[in-house]
Amino acid sequence: MAQVSSISNEQTSPTSKLITLRISRFNPEHDESSGFMEFSVSYEKWTTVLEAILDVKKHHDHSVGVRYSCRQATCGSCGMIINGKPRLACFTKISELNSDVVTVEPMNNFPIIRDLAVKFEKLFDTHQKIKPYLIRDDTEIESNEKEFLQSPEEVEQYIQFANCIKCGLCNSACPTMATDSSFVGPQALAQAYRYVADSRDKGKDSRLKIIDDSHGIWRCHFAGSCSQVCPKGVDPAMGIQLLRGYMLGFRS
Amino acid sequence: MSKDEHREGIKGMANPTRYGIERVAYWLMRLSGLGLLAYFVGHIYETSNILRGQVGWNEFLELTQTTEGHLVLAIVIAMCVFHTVNGIRVMLGHGGIGVGKPARPDYPYEPASQNYRHKIGIYSAILLAAIAMMYGLAVMFGE
Ligand code: HEM
Ligand code: SF4
Ligand code: FES
Repeated sequence: MAQVSSISNEQTSPTSKLITLRISRFNPEHDESSGFMEFSVSYEKWTTVLEAILDVKKHHDHSVGVRYSCRQATCGSCGMIINGKPRLACFTKISELNSDVVTVEPMNNFPIIRDLAVKFEKLFDTHQKIKPYLIRDDTEIESNEKEFLQSPEEVEQYIQFANCIKCGLCNSACPTMATDSSFVGPQALAQAYRYVADSRDKGKDSRLKIIDDSHGIWRCHFAGSCSQVCPKGVDPAMGIQLLRGYMLGFRS
Repeated sequence: MSKDEHREGIKGMANPTRYGIERVAYWLMRLSGLGLLAYFVGHIYETSNILRGQVGWNEFLELTQTTEGHLVLAIVIAMCVFHTVNGIRVMLGHGGIGVGKPARPDYPYEPASQNYRHKIGIYSAILLAAIAMMYGLAVMFGE
């Protein structure tokens, strides 16, 4: 399937350079295995991997399957393996990769829809499983106060984990995820911590019960790869260990 | 595990090259744990040779007096030391100790859980294992 083609880019500027973009192609409906297509793409210092892929789609092969939306590391849809590591294509500049060859592949540990796009059903299912909402008996409308007050310190306890954009990079890097298809995964576990650590939430016990499972939190070995790839600084590994600290009685 | 799931599999799980020293420690911990388990089983078998009387016992012990035997024991020493020291680090981490405090993250988002305390723990486990192994080699080959 290898193919080299140069893109006649009308906007080529004196500062632009060339890289070889290798795109993994696979359509589960009729392909036996995946193969790479190679394209020569010009880039500037600020060009992102997503822009390079869209360049290929625009000028050469519009059939390349890729998912994206916000182009600003907010929607979480453009996660893929870029030069061996899970990253957001819209948040990764070609210049920062320091390589003449940029290889893009679909994220590991997710079923492939086509080419670079993967299925997120399982990610969203496990996210929902840990009850990602405040649990309490009263509601804001019934209570005398207009809102549930929190001090800045109380906000600090969880706000880092609320940054999660459900991009799945952490689940793709996780070594347990690599072999255990039932593992709840770093994304959902970090979200369990996000709600457990929220002073407005009263659902700690029910959430801990959900993750205290044979394919739950105990499958984490603190390899930390999730935190190393997270594009939003969520640090799932920290959340998971703090959560386990509660469960083991190290913390209250 | 079906192929459709596109899981990285054991090859990806056991590839220690991509995610820093923490993933190397994870890999060494598994390897040394399994190595120690294999040694433990071998050890039970070895000591059961006492049932064959003194001759059988001595015969078997001679295995450990060869160059290969020395090298295997040196690796066992290294595995033991690494597994114990790193095991203590991992247990503290699993209890939420030394993994950093939640805080509003700033670009470039260095994860607080992958901090110098744990890195020092990992490097000391490796260093102590190397020192113990070299000491063992010096004793065994220096006879
Ligand atoms: C003081 C001694 C020891 C300590 C502190 C220790 C600690 C640990 C810890 C914390 C883990 C879990 C690591 C993780 O979550 O990834 C572990 C795993 C393991 N240990 Fe030990 N251990 C010790 C001795 C031993 C011995 C003597 C054996 C063999 C007979 C052994 C065999 C294993 C095995 C097979 C694993 C599983 C490895 C894995 O799944 O990654 N350990 N140990
Ligand atoms: S924790 Fe980070 S890597 Fe994981 S899904 Fe959320 S934003 Fe993505
Ligand atoms: S396109 Fe939205 S995160 Fe990359």
